[in-house]
Amino acid sequence: MGDSAGLRTGTSGTPRLDGSGGPDLSCTTLDNGLEIVVIPDRRVPVVTHMVWYRNGSADDPLGQSGIAHFLEHLMFKGTELHPAGEFSKVVSALGGQENAFTSYDYTAYFQRVAPEHLGRMMEFEADRMGGLNFDEAVVAPERDVVLEERRMRVETDPPSQLSEAMSASLFVHHPYGIPIIGWMHEIETLNRGHALDYYRRFYAPDNAILVVAGDVAPPETVPRPERTYGRNTPHAGSAGRSRPREPEPRAARLVSVADAKVEQPTLQRLYLVPSSRTATGRENYALEVLAEVLGGGPTSYLYRNLVLDAGAAVNAGAWYMGSAIDETRFAVYAVPAEGRSPQALEADLDRAVSAAASGIDEDMMERAKTRLIAETIYSLDSQSSLARIYGSALAVGETLEEVRRWPDEIRAVTRDDLRQVAERYLVPRRSVTGYLLREPG
Amino acid sequence: MSATLTASASPANIVPLSSPAGIEAWSVQSDFVPLVALAFNFEGGASQDPPGRAGTAQMLGRLLDEGAGPYRSDIFQERLAARAIELSFTAGPDAIGGSLKTLTANSDEAFELLRLAVAEPRFDEDAVERVRAQTIAGLKYQLNESGNVATRRFFAEAFPGHPYGQPNSGTVESVSAVTRDDIVELHRRTIGRGRLKVAVVGAMGSAEIGRRLDHVFGGLHDVTAVTPVADVAIGGRGRQVVVDLDVPQSVIRFGTAGLSWRDPDFIPAYVLNHVLGGGAFTSRLFQEVRERRGLAYGVGTSLVSYRHAAMTWGYTATKNERVAECLEVIVAEIAKLTRDGPSDDELDKAKAYLTGSYALGFDSSTKIAHQLAQIAFEDLGIDYIRRRNDLVAAVTQDDIRRAAERTLGDGSLLIAIAGRPVGL
Repeated sequence: MGDSAGLRTGTSGTPRLDGSGGPDLSCTTLDNGLEIVVIPDRRVPVVTHMVWYRNGSADDPLGQSGIAHFLEHLMFKGTELHPAGEFSKVVSALGGQENAFTSYDYTAYFQRVAPEHLGRMMEFEADRMGGLNFDEAVVAPERDVVLEERRMRVETDPPSQLSEAMSASLFVHHPYGIPIIGWMHEIETLNRGHALDYYRRFYAPDNAILVVAGDVAPPETVPRPERTYGRNTPHAGSAGRSRPREPEPRAARLVSVADAKVEQPTLQRLYLVPSSRTATGRENYALEVLAEVLGGGPTSYLYRNLVLDAGAAVNAGAWYMGSAIDETRFAVYAVPAEGRSPQALEADLDRAVSAAASGIDEDMMERAKTRLIAETIYSLDSQSSLARIYGSALAVGETLEEVRRWPDEIRAVTRDDLRQVAERYLVPRRSVTGYLLREPG
Repeated sequence: MSATLTASASPANIVPLSSPAGIEAWSVQSDFVPLVALAFNFEGGASQDPPGRAGTAQMLGRLLDEGAGPYRSDIFQERLAARAIELSFTAGPDAIGGSLKTLTANSDEAFELLRLAVAEPRFDEDAVERVRAQTIAGLKYQLNESGNVATRRFFAEAFPGHPYGQPNSGTVESVSAVTRDDIVELHRRTIGRGRLKVAVVGAMGSAEIGRRLDHVFGGLHDVTAVTPVADVAIGGRGRQVVVDLDVPQSVIRFGTAGLSWRDPDFIPAYVLNHVLGGGAFTSRLFQEVRERRGLAYGVGTSLVSYRHAAMTWGYTATKNERVAECLEVIVAEIAKLTRDGPSDDELDKAKAYLTGSYALGFDSSTKIAHQLAQIAFEDLGIDYIRRRNDLVAAVTQDDIRRAAERTLGDGSLLIAIAGRPVGL
């Protein structure tokens, strides 16, 4: 690496300008089942090393909500070979950064370091894939840390409490209705045994994906993962996820959180919709475009209708959590204008949502598609984003080909597709409405 | 320590350029992705808000892309969205910053919309009222959010009677009082080319950058009329204030003296701060507050450097029953670090982390553009990125002692707590 290597001007792996190409990546699978994706980005001498496990909070055993997340914390507490904190000290001394996160469908660990340290990251990460071992003494303080995390995120925050209540109501049977961090009273009972049982069930190379993004070429300089991860023993067969399916929803639901701390009421709505994995045909792509058209920023249909035209709201939007294994969430929300209640705004929102299918014109469709597709090009500018996009897609069972085809699929969505998914899924019986209200103190 | 990363963290190919009309910019050319990212700062942010009208600069920032030139807000936003051009403005205490990202294929439109936004914003009445309503809704949404409550009270106590004591976003009352004339006047005083700093990163050559910068900024007037802001030191050290809030966990903000980025002792203070409460899992506060005692999910400190004030600022949150214990641990750790300093090994590791990780902040065009614009705004020099790791590597225990004396000093803190702490 020369003295001008800091911001290298790109030569190799230039993506196709229309965004349909994606980065120049390679993938392999080790004999023990570990899937490996390498995404070169040679502009800066930095590499992002991530391991994704195909298990998340939705795989928590009944009564042990929060165990996936608690284990994620305990993964920093040492192994047979390395005492608590040693991995973190090494990462830090090498000028690296690290962290981890837990979601409904996956758990991931990452470090960002200079390329020459990639081999050491692999050694440590492969070691804690199978060799986790921590003292009983670290469990109680770390559980307190998680309880403080929950107090910070939820117990002190009425909007988060509403969001939890809405999810719990939307999913009447599926564990997506349980918060990732877990319920307070169950976190309090989690112990070392729960964590290690869960660990032994899921942490193995055949349940994991290694993503390396960054300055990893030329190939002869890349540490060979066989020498580290290759030594990890696979489970005999996949641990498997076994989750109950949602029943067909029939009841429109309404929940509200009223709190003296609330000064600004809001209106939220969730619909139960197909995900990238459960959709038939182009439904999930249509839902992506629908969310963007309906609620992607100040040119969106809802913002136009409720904020600019009616003056009923000061903000409005929508989003779709398409990347999920099971049936998932589509959300719309609005913040009522001064003097308006969420109840009054709900009628306007309902009108706007039902009129949207016929009110969306070609210009709006084109704008939405352009923005969605441009996002994929913008993401090429950040190796961390790329690592997350590919890692999360594989972790929920999408294929690399599906990720590559995404812009083309978005482009192919028609107004008819939008109308169909809107009419089929954005209906009261599939919905939960939420009010955040002020309770006189 | 990573010699490779240290050397590579110096983007040796930052090109200083001056446009035909004299707009100064720093640029880094990179053809990897067909996009260009622009970052820039106009001096004079929330500190220029008229008395009683806190939030004016933030409203100005939010209104620049709400209609400009011939385009009313909806048409302006449609033009941005139709080409996925990302344009935003934010008001800090000392500057209004702007950020533009576009695919290079759409540069003509992107730079024209940027020109209109900075040079010819319309400030239509309906847009002003909409942004006011959104700002007030946002303020109300956060009004009793414990982190926000603690932070507002901390700044009010730290800088009473000074613009830095006012929230950038203002209050419901102050934002209600802002007039269109206030916004027009603030635009006239601060959005000029006199104190402009621009950084451009992406697939665009110097000649084209010069031409486009002239197009965007060349027509702005040259003088700016920023109201002088008094230098101020953090007040209230040794005081502890509680804002009562019905929540099970208290949010704690604490602070003491700091050093500005331009101060020769800034780098030693930065290294010292890393040892105390910097962003790695290895800091003393992280170890003592979180790892050993499970008192909090997050705890840390940072150096805050404004144009006219500097401080060391810390945060954490713990359940009401453990607030006293948590504060004891923090105070004791600060006292210990001030008295004994870091060990030689700790100092070496802190320097290794800070030099090694510097490159991690330069891994996307937008990040690079913002770093460059900030360095230019602070007048640290175009070679700062090249020099910075050497400055860190040269820090000695003597430097650390001096920095500790000037920042942590006698260990007295201003502490603001929001919650219902027990046993204080």
